[in-house]
Amino acid sequence: MQRFVYRTAPLLLLGLLTACGKPLVDPELVEVPAGLARYHLPGSSEVHEERLDGFAIMSRQVSQAEYSACIDDGGCPALEMVPDEGAARLPAVGLSWLDAQAYAAWLSRRSGQHYRLPRHGEWILAAASAYVEEEPMVDDPRNPARRWLAEYAQRAGRERLPEMLKPFGGYGRNEHGLLDAGGNVWEWTDTCYSRNAGEFCGIRIAAGRHPSVLSEFERNPTSGACSVGQPPTHLGLRLVREG
Amino acid sequence: MNTIKHLALSIALAFSGQVLADAADGLPRVKVGLVAPPQVHAHEQVAPKEPRVVQFRLVIEEKKMVIDDQGTTLQAMTFNGSMPGPTMVVHEGDFVELTLVNPASNSMPHNIDLHAATGALGGAALTLVSPGQEAVLRFKADRTGTFVYHCAPEGMVAWHVLAGMSGTLMVLPREGLKDPAGNSLHYDRAYTIGESDLYIPKDKDGKYKDYSTLLDSYADSRETMRGLIPSHVVFNGRVGALTGKNALTANVGESVLFIHSQANRDSRPHLIGGHGDWVWETGKFDNPPLKNLETWFVRGGSAGVALYTFRQPGVYAYLNHNLIEAEMGAAGHIVVEGEWDDELMMQVKAPGPITSQE
Repeated sequence: MQRFVYRTAPLLLLGLLTACGKPLVDPELVEVPAGLARYHLPGSSEVHEERLDGFAIMSRQVSQAEYSACIDDGGCPALEMVPDEGAARLPAVGLSWLDAQAYAAWLSRRSGQHYRLPRHGEWILAAASAYVEEEPMVDDPRNPARRWLAEYAQRAGRERLPEMLKPFGGYGRNEHGLLDAGGNVWEWTDTCYSRNAGEFCGIRIAAGRHPSVLSEFERNPTSGACSVGQPPTHLGLRLVREG
Repeated sequence: MNTIKHLALSIALAFSGQVLADAADGLPRVKVGLVAPPQVHAHEQVAPKEPRVVQFRLVIEEKKMVIDDQGTTLQAMTFNGSMPGPTMVVHEGDFVELTLVNPASNSMPHNIDLHAATGALGGAALTLVSPGQEAVLRFKADRTGTFVYHCAPEGMVAWHVLAGMSGTLMVLPREGLKDPAGNSLHYDRAYTIGESDLYIPKDKDGKYKDYSTLLDSYADSRETMRGLIPSHVVFNGRVGALTGKNALTANVGESVLFIHSQANRDSRPHLIGGHGDWVWETGKFDNPPLKNLETWFVRGGSAGVALYTFRQPGVYAYLNHNLIEAEMGAAGHIVVEGEWDDELMMQVKAPGPITSQE
């Protein structure tokens, strides 16, 4: 797990200066054209289809330096991390959905623009060829175990990605110019897992190589005990800019 | 005349003494090839009429093993290279003839204490082998049950056991397993789950330490062990040894024998979505099995046995129901194929808006 500890006072000071003094650098955005997003979520064979307008999304994930500026400015909950030499080139990870929301709100406040988390469908369109949808499992009404067993086999077959973070671009650039989609950092979306649970949503989808269903306070998911399959290696974020 | 009588008597004595000492030599001998857990070597559940001498060979292997998905390592000591060592199966009245080999490539003396054996500290006093030596121990399996075996060199028993040196010897009743009414119980598959509590030392930054040699790991490991708080609690040597691609398998209608050993610390096995149809908590088959248990108790330093016939397909979790320890690694899965039984369970309504009134 990539973690940082407060090491030196000068760095802290630099962080504070960055937060208070320096103007924000606008994140680089890429344009994703309108399209039809098709996907299914774990635990169900229902295929979701969303026809979406074009939108602008950050070309890369939010960096450790950027997230630290939000912490230093009091906009984001603290993490056990502080920027080191690579902080501007490495993605911020160990973030919960709540942390990601806080960052979007802070960045919107600071920049005067409206930033938000993408919907899962938007992430699918943005990721384009960097994301390969797995075949949905077929439900057998007479034997619910068929799907459980098929899903178990599918999850068991997934490759475990290395934990070492790569600098931006390490997992490639896709046809829209989007960096690192489907790498070892999953990205929080605003999509609620239980769509028929009314107003309540405590469980969100983190998008990545395979969609992951996680509680919104989760920062470092692990697999164990009754849970099965490979959890996301890391949790981070990238934002859509409205307007 | 007297002299001749004396001579005859002493010859007779010597001869009968010889006959007694070689009681096992008149019996058929079988050599068993051992397999690594969770598998158990092929064996008959009901014994042939005549007892046998059953020969096993355990080769001690000291090596570094990875114990979780983060790559944490243990300087391990093992019987036959696996953690736990292989399960050995004989029948009551058989003789176990065990060759314990300590190859010259190892760095430590080792021995074996078999809880099933009588005398000499379970055989430990007769089997202490230095690197480059081997010893052969024969003992009579004079009582039934699953029994832990482990290394027990003087002064450092705990370290050797917690570094991987334990396993199970199962002595079956000659007529096979029975319920309390005396009806035969049969199993289609047998699996060994060997649970270990591990104590991996951490450095000052809280990272698990990696040692280049077994001896380098000793002092820190001993200190961490003395804290009594394990860093990992695992089945079969590592987190995830029995999940995903390594999950156990069974079919609906099959009876599975779960042999659960814990050489050091108490455990409480539980099968999520199933039960223990028949459970020999202490593992000793002369005691009637308990019926329909939800969770059972395996005392540290023993092996317990549960028999369950799967009735529903799906993914089952078998875990230590101290759920904290389950999350630390003490969990495995059983993937069960077959037809669903609506009578046993069905989903009457899928999760959705609340519409019911009272």
